[in-house]
Amino acid sequence: MRLLQTLLMRLAMMAITLFGAAVIVFVVIRVVPGNPIAMMLPPGASDEDIARLTAHYGLDKSIPEQFFVWLGGVLHGDFGTSISLRQPVMPLVLGRLPATLELSIFALVLAVIIGGAMALTGTRFRGGRTEAVIDVANGAGLSIPDFLWALVLILTLGVLYPVFHISGRISPSLDLPFTTQFYVFESILRLRFDLWWDLLKHMFMPALALAIPLAAIIGQLLKQSLKETMHLDYVVLARTKGYGENHVILFDALRNAVLPTLTLIGVQFTFLIGGTVIIERLFSYEGLGNMAIDAVINRDLPLIQGIVLVFALLFTVVNLVVDLTYALLNPRLRHA
Amino acid sequence: MRDGRGTIKRKAGLKLWLSGGWLAVVAVLTLFAGWISPHDPLTQDLFASRLPPFWAAGAEPGYLLGTDSLGRDVLSRIIYGGRVALTVAIIAGLATAIVGSVLGLIAGYYRGWADAVISRLVDIWMAFPPVLFAILLIAVLGTGLWSIVIAIIVIDWTRFCRVVRAETMNQSQMDYVASAVVAGHVRSAILWREIGPNVLPTIVALLSLEMGIAVIVEAILSFVNLSISTDAPTWGGMIAEGRISIHQAWWVLVCPLIVLFLTVLAFSQFGEGLKDRFDPVLR
Repeated sequence: MRLLQTLLMRLAMMAITLFGAAVIVFVVIRVVPGNPIAMMLPPGASDEDIARLTAHYGLDKSIPEQFFVWLGGVLHGDFGTSISLRQPVMPLVLGRLPATLELSIFALVLAVIIGGAMALTGTRFRGGRTEAVIDVANGAGLSIPDFLWALVLILTLGVLYPVFHISGRISPSLDLPFTTQFYVFESILRLRFDLWWDLLKHMFMPALALAIPLAAIIGQLLKQSLKETMHLDYVVLARTKGYGENHVILFDALRNAVLPTLTLIGVQFTFLIGGTVIIERLFSYEGLGNMAIDAVINRDLPLIQGIVLVFALLFTVVNLVVDLTYALLNPRLRHA
Repeated sequence: MRDGRGTIKRKAGLKLWLSGGWLAVVAVLTLFAGWISPHDPLTQDLFASRLPPFWAAGAEPGYLLGTDSLGRDVLSRIIYGGRVALTVAIIAGLATAIVGSVLGLIAGYYRGWADAVISRLVDIWMAFPPVLFAILLIAVLGTGLWSIVIAIIVIDWTRFCRVVRAETMNQSQMDYVASAVVAGHVRSAILWREIGPNVLPTIVALLSLEMGIAVIVEAILSFVNLSISTDAPTWGGMIAEGRISIHQAWWVLVCPLIVLFLTVLAFSQFGEGLKDRFDPVLR
């Protein structure tokens, strides 16, 4: 019952947050100096042409009127027309979203694996040289941002030892049988492991660059929680029962130590998704972030609105999922 | 008594010297760029394009770090690019520190409704991912030095506000504040003259971190060509050019990258070192 209540509360909060985001995006964009219509037309266009195009994009109405027309459209999935690409915004954004989702999720998986492994190894060999090495690695991961990691990866694994591809999402020479934009997922379903491998070779470096800072955070926090848990009575009991150190860490300590890390991963995952904007640019990866930068350079307001709103939706969904998982995993909330 | 204090202190000292030394070198080079840089950073010489750095075969003695695909001297461009980076770091870092710290001091000392408003604002701010904020702001403000500075302030003031608020609340509990109250000082005087100076070390340590962040933000924005005007050399701009010609002239990417890397690391380590040094337990 409590869970259902939490869920409803969260959904209501989500709606409010999204509405707030929509208002902010709309207001911020509308104070832009400079006329986007003038930028679309060739020099020497007549005033009539300008007026016609202004009316076409609804820019001649009052600001509140524009907002509600725009919001009504958004609720029907109509985000307007991109000024630079001259296509409806919605299909453009949806076409790019899967690429960004696949990249973010892959990065998250990498971060959890690397960070988890570091925390477990550090706890297993705590107090020794291994832990010291892991602490230094964590420190480096924390103080250097993904942008620089990406460049280092490009130079080492892309140029010096070209193991991975440094640009694009898939090799252009391959013919693509895909019907959806979820290439990685679909290549597995179609049992086309040659394509899957190619996709992975493109995705690995951008995902790793995004994963390193998050892995460091996970490694640090999880190790700290694990070390605290190791002194608790029930862990000591498990040890006196004769279980080995590995068993105690993996099956007794980990289960209780993982909760704080889980909450943190939720917050940090939204930052990771935000990071895709610049990382996609660096690797010429055709995702939403890359499109966002083009939209800013072209001052394509409808497209920017659409992208920012989709990102905002993504963030609220991630937060919702994290909250619910937390509620499900935490016995105090589950049985209350 | 051996409790490791000495070791931590020595380590903090080394950290401070190394990172501070590097930052001083960068500051001097960029400040006196006009005298130090061997070439004009904008002069193109297509006959001397893509010359390798001095240790590689085929290098020209005049070009220490080689030239890019337009024949511009890489070292000179790095030095001049440092000007932009440090300018942004100092202006944006200080402005962010002032805005965030003042709000943090007020929230932490006066509490009550001021604290409620400011803390709620911080919560809302933190829920909005910084990158989206940056995209929106740059789209609205256009490019240029001031847009970057404003974007950094708007995005990062919360970092100072949260920490300074917590530290101010800590300090407010101290005896010296109680003595000041008994001595009959006005509340605002206590905040600015008594608590302020005691929170300052925390602010300075954070400021160093913030400057590193500002350098990265500037590099990222100039990388995607949304920083200052396009012809002035910037580290991010050089990295973008180097990224294109990476297979022909790797040094155009590697040299500014190393400098950027060391500068960001130096700022964050300098901040860490300051934090360790000011830590009352170690003192």
